[in-house]
Amino acid sequence: MAFVNLKNKEVQVKIVYYGPGRGGKTTNLEYIYKKFNSRIKTEMITIKTQGDRTLFFDFLPLGLGKIKGHEIKIQLYTVPGQVKYNATRRLVLRGVDGVVFVADSMAVRRKHNILSLKNLQENLAAYNKSIFKIPLVMQYNKRDLASQGIPLLSVATLQKDLNSKLKAPALEASALEGKNVTETLKKIILLTVASLERELQ
Amino acid sequence: MIFCLGGEALTYSLGQVELDGIEEVLKTDLIDVGVHCVFLIDMAGNIIASLDNGKNQHDIYSLAALAAGNFGAVSTMAKIIGEEEFSLLFHKGQKESIHFSKVLTDFLLITIFGQEISLGFLRLKVAEAIEKIKETLGPSLEV
Repeated sequence: MAFVNLKNKEVQVKIVYYGPGRGGKTTNLEYIYKKFNSRIKTEMITIKTQGDRTLFFDFLPLGLGKIKGHEIKIQLYTVPGQVKYNATRRLVLRGVDGVVFVADSMAVRRKHNILSLKNLQENLAAYNKSIFKIPLVMQYNKRDLASQGIPLLSVATLQKDLNSKLKAPALEASALEGKNVTETLKKIILLTVASLERELQ
Repeated sequence: MIFCLGGEALTYSLGQVELDGIEEVLKTDLIDVGVHCVFLIDMAGNIIASLDNGKNQHDIYSLAALAAGNFGAVSTMAKIIGEEEFSLLFHKGQKESIHFSKVLTDFLLITIFGQEISLGFLRLKVAEAIEKIKETLGPSLEV
């Protein structure tokens, strides 16, 4: 739930990158951190396991400048994708304003994507939020792997599996190469800010 | 002015009067008695108000995100052992320590303090400050 500070004219917005384990959520944030380094005054926070997997969350605050006289502060979070960390995923979702679902395009990860999306729906429902109403962007990640001969799910299959009912904006991406990472971020920020504006009117 | 929106609400906001009131309490009850840094956050990790003594400044956005996560994790631990929650947390360092205390149902007051203040005195002052913050905001702030 976004907080509007009417004294400082500041809006704090929480966006969470969700998706199956090893899908590229942290890589998205690492790319954003590198690219927008001049705008980010702090270090990116990561809480990882010894094996370099996200244990709790990654956190990156991003100043957007002013929109309609209000300073917009975006707080980007990732969740741990591994199935066993559902309790921590649910904690990170608390107060979420917008979600990027990072799906893994590898054919062998098809089932993991579907289960993770279902898990997102359940965890949002725990906070009385509907996956159909929350600002949501789909990112089909790892498209670059096609050039290495790794079997990928077609975009049509991903759309059918994950987005046939949600009909969220979807982008093909390569978080590792930075392809469409910024576009995904812009899209979710636009959707989320527009949704908050409607709420405040 | 407070907009309090329940259920699936997307936003809540606080105006100048409420925030000035909170900051005054944080200053007089905590900073003026020797607390280095204090901030009020919500459970999503948003910062409602923050103050420091001008000497000890920290990355409060990161601290707020971690504090909310930490408090959430410990609350889940509490439920596993049959407690509703642990309403108070304290981490002791060699020079700086952090104290967390819940305010109403959805907010946390976090204080960072040094060896000049005893934990007992801090807890007393935090409890007083929380009562005043509750009075300033009223029950309608619960989101």
